[in-house]
Amino acid sequence: MSFKFSEENLQKINKSIAKYPYKKSAVMDALYIGQEQNGYITEEVMQEIAKILEIPLTDVLGVATFYTMYHKKPVGKYHLQVCTNVSCMLRGGVELLKQLKDELKIEEGEVTPDGLFSIEEVECMGACGGAPMMSVNYEYKENLTPEKLKVIINELRNNSK
Amino acid sequence: MEYNIVLPKIKDLHLIDVYIQNGGYEAIKKALQMSPDDVIEEVKKSGLRGRGGAGFSTGLKWSFMPKNDGKPHYLCINGDESEPGSFKDRQIFEYNPHQLIEGILIACYAIRAQKSYIYIRGEYRNWIQMVQKALDDAYEKGFVGEKMKETFGTEFYCDIYIHKGAGAYICGEESALMNSIEGKRGYPRVKPPFPAQYGLWGYPTTINNVETITNVPAIIKNGAEWFSKIGEPTHPGTILVGISGHVNKPGVYEVPTGTLLTDIIYKLAGGVPNNKKIKCVIPGGSSMPPIRGDQLEGLKMDAESLKKAGSAIGTAGVMVMDEDTNLSKVLLRITHFYHHESCGQCTPCREGTGWMEKVLKRVANKKATKKDLDLLVDVANNIEGRTICALGDAAAWPVKFMIERFRDDFEKYVSEEVVINVPNKVHSMRNTVIPLSEIKIK
Repeated sequence: MSFKFSEENLQKINKSIAKYPYKKSAVMDALYIGQEQNGYITEEVMQEIAKILEIPLTDVLGVATFYTMYHKKPVGKYHLQVCTNVSCMLRGGVELLKQLKDELKIEEGEVTPDGLFSIEEVECMGACGGAPMMSVNYEYKENLTPEKLKVIINELRNNSK
Repeated sequence: MEYNIVLPKIKDLHLIDVYIQNGGYEAIKKALQMSPDDVIEEVKKSGLRGRGGAGFSTGLKWSFMPKNDGKPHYLCINGDESEPGSFKDRQIFEYNPHQLIEGILIACYAIRAQKSYIYIRGEYRNWIQMVQKALDDAYEKGFVGEKMKETFGTEFYCDIYIHKGAGAYICGEESALMNSIEGKRGYPRVKPPFPAQYGLWGYPTTINNVETITNVPAIIKNGAEWFSKIGEPTHPGTILVGISGHVNKPGVYEVPTGTLLTDIIYKLAGGVPNNKKIKCVIPGGSSMPPIRGDQLEGLKMDAESLKKAGSAIGTAGVMVMDEDTNLSKVLLRITHFYHHESCGQCTPCREGTGWMEKVLKRVANKKATKKDLDLLVDVANNIEGRTICALGDAAAWPVKFMIERFRDDFEKYVSEEVVINVPNKVHSMRNTVIPLSEIKIK
C-alpha cells in the first residue's frame, strides 16, 4: 500500500521546513501530519517523509518510536487517554480507568469493534489541578466523576451516529 | 497573599489589544534603548532565578553567551512541562501569552539571538494553538519578525517559532530539548560543552523556562530593585504554585517566594478534604524529596528554605497527601513514571528504574521484606549521580527520601520475613543435577 501526502499537507510540511535551518528538524511535524492523514504511522508514511526531508529512513523510524504520541497501530476515532499519575491517582484516576475499560469492554491499547474508541493509560498530562482527567483526542476533560464520564461517553457515541 | 506579576488579573489579557492597553510591548521598547549587556546586568541584579527546577540565576546564564563571535545564536523556551504535579506554564500560555512573547524578544536582544523556539509538549494541542494565535497577532502588529525594524526603529529583529513535542518527559531536559528540535530522538547530551558554547546545531544557545521569561518584561519595566524586594531576598519575585492532590481547591496560585507552605495549603487551596491530617507533601513536582506532614509548620516556599528542609523547589508543583494515603502505591506510581520515561542511554537509570519498580511492586502487594527497603535505597544510591542527565537523580530521590523519611510507614507494608515463590523455574533449580534441557516448563 503506497502512501502519498496530499497537496495541502505537503504545503504544511514545507511551512514546517521553513522554520528551521535544516530540513531534518521538520521530522516531528511531518510525522504528525502523516498521522493525521493516515490515522497512524506506517513504514510507507515514514519512507515518504524520509524522501521529502532527504534523511535516512532509520532516522525517521528512530523518532517515530521514541515519542509516545505517534501511533504505530490504528487507534479509535476517539482516542481516550486517562492519566493515573500521582495527582490523578490521589483523586480517583485509577478507578476512572477501570470504569472506562468496563464500560467499553476493551483493555488498554485495544480498539472497540466499531472502531469508535481506544484507551490508553498515560503519564501526567499537566492537568493536575483538574484531577482526575481524561483527554479525548487531546481535548482535556477535567474534574471527572464516574457520572460525568458516563455522560461524555454517551455524548461521543451519539455524535457518531 | 497573592501577588501578580506573571498572571495579572486582567480580563482578556491574552488578546493583543488588551495587552497593549495595559502597557504591553513597552518593556521591549525600553530594552532596545539599552545595550544588550545592560539588559543582562539588569536581570542579573534583579536576582531572577530559573523557574524550571534548577533555580539558576537567569542573568548569569545569559552572560555566558559569547559576544561578537559572528555565529548565529538561539534562544529555546522550555514549555515541555511534563513533571507530574506541574501545570503552571499552561496558565501562561492561556492567560498571558504576550508577556511571554515580549520576554522572549527582550531575552533575544540581550543574548543577541535572531531565532527563538518555544518548545511546547504535544499534549497541549489547544494551548499550542493559543500561543500560535498570539504569535500571529504579534507578527501582524510588527512586534516580532523583520517588521520589528520599522516598529522599533532598530537594526535588531528576531523570529519566534513553536516546536511541538510528541510525548517525551525527557525533552524537558535542556540538551534533550535541543536534540528534539534538531529532529532527533530526545537523548540528553554529555556536558560540557554547555549550551552557551555548543547548543542548537552546534551554535551558542540559551534555554529558559516559560515562567522565567515571562517575568522579564516586568523587571525591565519596573527595574531590578523593585523585583529584588519581592519575596525572599535570595530567591526574589513570585512563583506560580500548582497545588494538587488532597486539597479542596487545587489550582495555580501566584504568590511571593517565601510564602508559608501551610498558608498555601490551608488559606489558598482551602485545606484538606474532611479536615484530615497531612501525611506527606511533595513541594516541587514528583522528583523532589517529600516532606513529612508534621514538619510543615513554618516552612517557606523558596529555593533556600526548602533546601534547608531537605527538599527543593523544583517547579513548585505541590502535591498534598492526606493521612490515609498508601505511600507505597504513590512511590510505585512515581517510579513507574521514571521507568517509563528513562531514555535508555545510561545503564544505571535504564535498568535501575526498572529494578526499583519491580521491588516496589512487591512492597505495594505486601510481599516484601524489610531487606527490600534497604535494597531500594541501595539501588537509588547507585543511580544518583551516575547518569548523563538529572533524570537518574529525579528517579532516585523520591525512592531514597520517601523510604528514609517514612520508614515507619513503609515497615507497615513489609514483613520481617516472607517466603517468595520464585516464578523463574530455571533459577529455582540452579542447584539440582537435572540437565537444563530436560526441564519441562508447563
